[in-house]
Amino acid sequence: MLLYVLRRLLTAIPTLFVIVTLAFFLIRVAPGGPFNQERGLSPEIKANLEAEYGLNDPLWLQYGHYLKNLSHGDFGPSYNLPDFTVGELFARGLPISIQLGASALVLALLLGCLLGTVAALNQNRWGDYAVIALATAGSTIPTFVIAPIIQLVFGLSWKLLPVGGWGGGAMLNKIGPVLTLALPQIAIVARLMRGSMIEALRSHHIRTARALGLSDWSVVVRHALRGAILPIVSFTGPAAAALLTGSIIVETIFAIPGVGRYFVDAALNRDYTLVMGTVVVIAIFTIVFNLIVDIMYAVVDPRVRYD
Amino acid sequence: MTDAAVDNEPAANVVVGRSLWGDAWARLKANRAAMFSLFYLGLMALVCIAGPWFVPHDYTTIYSDYVRTPPSTEAYPKADMVKGALDDVLKRMRVDLKDWKLEDGRATITVAGTRPIDERYLRYVDRSDTFDDARMEAKSPDGLEMTFSAAVKQQYFLFGTDNVGRDLLSRTLVAGRISLAIGLLAGVVAVTIGVVYGATAGFLGGKVDEVMMRIVDVLYSLPFIFFVIMLVVFFGRNFVLMFLAVGAVLWLDMARIVRGQALSIRRHEYVQAAEALGVRQSGILKRHVIPNLLGPVVIYMTLLVPHVIILESFLSFLGLGVQEPMTSWGVLISVGAHNIGSANWMLLFPAFFLVSTLFALNFVGDGLRDALDPKDR
Repeated sequence: MLLYVLRRLLTAIPTLFVIVTLAFFLIRVAPGGPFNQERGLSPEIKANLEAEYGLNDPLWLQYGHYLKNLSHGDFGPSYNLPDFTVGELFARGLPISIQLGASALVLALLLGCLLGTVAALNQNRWGDYAVIALATAGSTIPTFVIAPIIQLVFGLSWKLLPVGGWGGGAMLNKIGPVLTLALPQIAIVARLMRGSMIEALRSHHIRTARALGLSDWSVVVRHALRGAILPIVSFTGPAAAALLTGSIIVETIFAIPGVGRYFVDAALNRDYTLVMGTVVVIAIFTIVFNLIVDIMYAVVDPRVRYD
Repeated sequence: MTDAAVDNEPAANVVVGRSLWGDAWARLKANRAAMFSLFYLGLMALVCIAGPWFVPHDYTTIYSDYVRTPPSTEAYPKADMVKGALDDVLKRMRVDLKDWKLEDGRATITVAGTRPIDERYLRYVDRSDTFDDARMEAKSPDGLEMTFSAAVKQQYFLFGTDNVGRDLLSRTLVAGRISLAIGLLAGVVAVTIGVVYGATAGFLGGKVDEVMMRIVDVLYSLPFIFFVIMLVVFFGRNFVLMFLAVGAVLWLDMARIVRGQALSIRRHEYVQAAEALGVRQSGILKRHVIPNLLGPVVIYMTLLVPHVIILESFLSFLGLGVQEPMTSWGVLISVGAHNIGSANWMLLFPAFFLVSTLFALNFVGDGLRDALDPKDR
């Protein structure tokens, strides 16, 4: 098992390398540069800035330089937020995004599994239809509609929650964003869970368990759940990577100072180092969570072995 | 004589088989949610395409007297709004109000100024969004006082107006045209590229297939949002070009599905039977492969269109998609989200149009899947 993890981590390095290389050259090919703003700088200042950041060197030299720094964990300075290095920006924003994303993920997994199981146990009855309706709504209504409606209902009409802002991490400020992030995920988890639970309940070992006279609770929780949860485990990997690295929509609407906005802003401003930093962070999260999921798979399902 | 016997078989006994599509149509017709959604989509398309011609307001006209006016089925201006509009006009004319009254939709106004009033100032009255047809009634001998009358314009804003005073109904409908058109356009581009690419890989097979599918895998592994942002960066904010490009990104799934289908259809017994009977390759393609491929393609297309509409709205929400004064549902929702405190109808109407369309498209997609793929039921 340990060997397997080590091997996976080693193979992640070339993957990361390919992603970094692709992203580096793609963003460099794009027209424009970090210092071509609408109200332009005077040519002398621009030239000085570009010289300072080494942007006039040949591209391959810059690439080598970037790789060298990256291997030391140095993401470089941000061009458009010159007081910060990219590392500092992530140190500030990432904990916020992770807090929101992790809460949303936990909420989605718990509620989604619960709803999916309820639906499966009441197949083709009212409970089932209610869950299906909720799941359809959750996966159809886009986030940028849910978020302002939550603001409107809970923030402006009922005045239960603040409309936006981080508020230094106050509990009430987190409810809106977490709910918005979680709703579509709840829908997906509930749908997956319903399908796999229905299948699990039909299998032979469940029939045997029932024949032995075990209680419903014991049949579902101790025997069916373990098999039914596998699709949820594989869903959790990519979902966790996406949720923890911040959502641009949610962070924009609720005015949250997380990392979700970095990618778009940086790409539009040609803040090369920040774009690269975001790509690297997302890639690392994806790789790590896929690995965790594969390990979890072996834990949940003893038939899966990694030798 | 056996030949004759065969020829004489009574025609009445021949059972007319239903075609693949006739069969699917019958199954779809039995699905009430899907049929209702299909009807709803047709209605939505019709309303969005034809509607703006029947709405008396143009989607770009700014009514400065009616900024953030709430939706109402009654005509504007409301009684208490006339005074405000009148004050605005008189400020422009640089005169003071002495007396005014409103009768039968015409206002009679008496004003006074410190200098003789030029009656050409009445143009300011006509220019207002509230008044029309201003006429001089009387003027005092020294010209310092004037009485004039003006008709009060009756206007309807069923969905209210937006934050600069444009009619929201016509904007929502025009936005619908754009959103639906983009969904279809990018959907068609994606499906075309995907089908051609996937079918080529599936039919040529071997090394070519291997290489073509590895390319798809590599493109898959890049974060999707990175792709889209790069496209915005390259194509600027020209939205037609951009959505051709977005369509060009979304073909990956289609290519995989079509390739898989093409590979499996070629191995089916009925294709082998046709080959054994000496049917030519083009005949097999036309009679067996294409009809069997069309099912998944149609299903995928109906599920792709809502995907593209959401993507367009997402980009427009970020300010990267459709640009003012052109509009789309995403743009309207974005502006609405900024104005929820003062004008929640700006969010609610476009959001309802977008969400109901997405629902309908999903139901039609699900219905088609059930209808075209009976194994799956």
